[in-house]
Amino acid sequence: MKILRNSLLLVVIGTMTWMMFNLYKDYDSRTTLNETASYYAEKGPDETGAANLVTSVVVTYRGLDTLGEVTILFLTAAIIGLLLRTEKDSKTVPLRQSSEFLITAAKVLIPMITLIGVYIFINGHLTPGGGFQGGAVLASTFILLLISISQRKIGHRLLEFTEAISGFSFVLIGILGIILAAGFLDNHILPLGKFGHLLSGGAIPVIYSLIGLKVGAELSTIILELNQIQRKDDTIS
Amino acid sequence: MIQYLEIEYITVFAGFLLLMVGLWGIISQKNIIKMIISFGIIDTSIHMLLVAIGYIRNRTAPIIDSAVSKSDAVDQITDPVPQALVLTAIVIGVGITALLLTYALKLFRQNKSLEINQYNSLKW
Repeated sequence: MKILRNSLLLVVIGTMTWMMFNLYKDYDSRTTLNETASYYAEKGPDETGAANLVTSVVVTYRGLDTLGEVTILFLTAAIIGLLLRTEKDSKTVPLRQSSEFLITAAKVLIPMITLIGVYIFINGHLTPGGGFQGGAVLASTFILLLISISQRKIGHRLLEFTEAISGFSFVLIGILGIILAAGFLDNHILPLGKFGHLLSGGAIPVIYSLIGLKVGAELSTIILELNQIQRKDDTIS
Repeated sequence: MIQYLEIEYITVFAGFLLLMVGLWGIISQKNIIKMIISFGIIDTSIHMLLVAIGYIRNRTAPIIDSAVSKSDAVDQITDPVPQALVLTAIVIGVGITALLLTYALKLFRQNKSLEINQYNSLKW
């Protein structure tokens, strides 16, 4: 039985390796941009006003996909909450007091890391970075907060409120684009501003800040859910 | 032959290698946590492949600033579309990993085991 299993494994892996090797053999490095990318490179800066072309693709040209992606993340957080919240009971582990070092370091570091996260998503249209990266940095401060005040219970209320408000505003800005500009999630509802400055790119900084808040709140919700469900009997016997 | 030592060829090769490692892990490992780790390896390998496909040698990041002017951006930047794809793929990967870990936890609470052999209720 074991021989059969191993030989089957070998056949599957061998076939896949052969296919991947052929793909690799046919790979040829590119020397020019293709048609879509050339369009984005030529027209992107003037049409969207964003210096970072990746941002103009993510937020404006493919903004609907980003909305869908944020929805996927929201669904993930909701499913995890649904699965884990049904079985909260009295058997939770009493966590021990966090050390003095951790608490002091958290007090110093949390404002600074939050500032970096906010900087990353506000400057998403000018420098490498954006809402998703900034949101992940915000969620990392939340982890630090969670392990430094492990004794206290943290409610979901603020996170849910932030998440709901930013998601609603994101969709609202998209609908405003239909009314005031060319279409859904069009960034021309605000003036484009001076190219390369903080207040440029129309609605892009606003949308990316909302995405940053939403992603940060969603990742924090996932972490909070996974943190609060440790139980005494979660050991392999 | 020398072209295979360029950075994009190395990245594509490493990406395919990691893809195979992750696939092997998913179908050969019996521990559910190890299978989730293998899934993470596959995720990373796909990001590497996508970034390498968008890379063009001797070009810079797709950001217009003092180094890249608007007019000759077409000849100076790499492809922004795969980078935008990877940006979204990373976030989706985080969500899926969290979801997989939650399911693993639920399974563990039911049967007190993380070995996939113990779960044979759907086996025929």
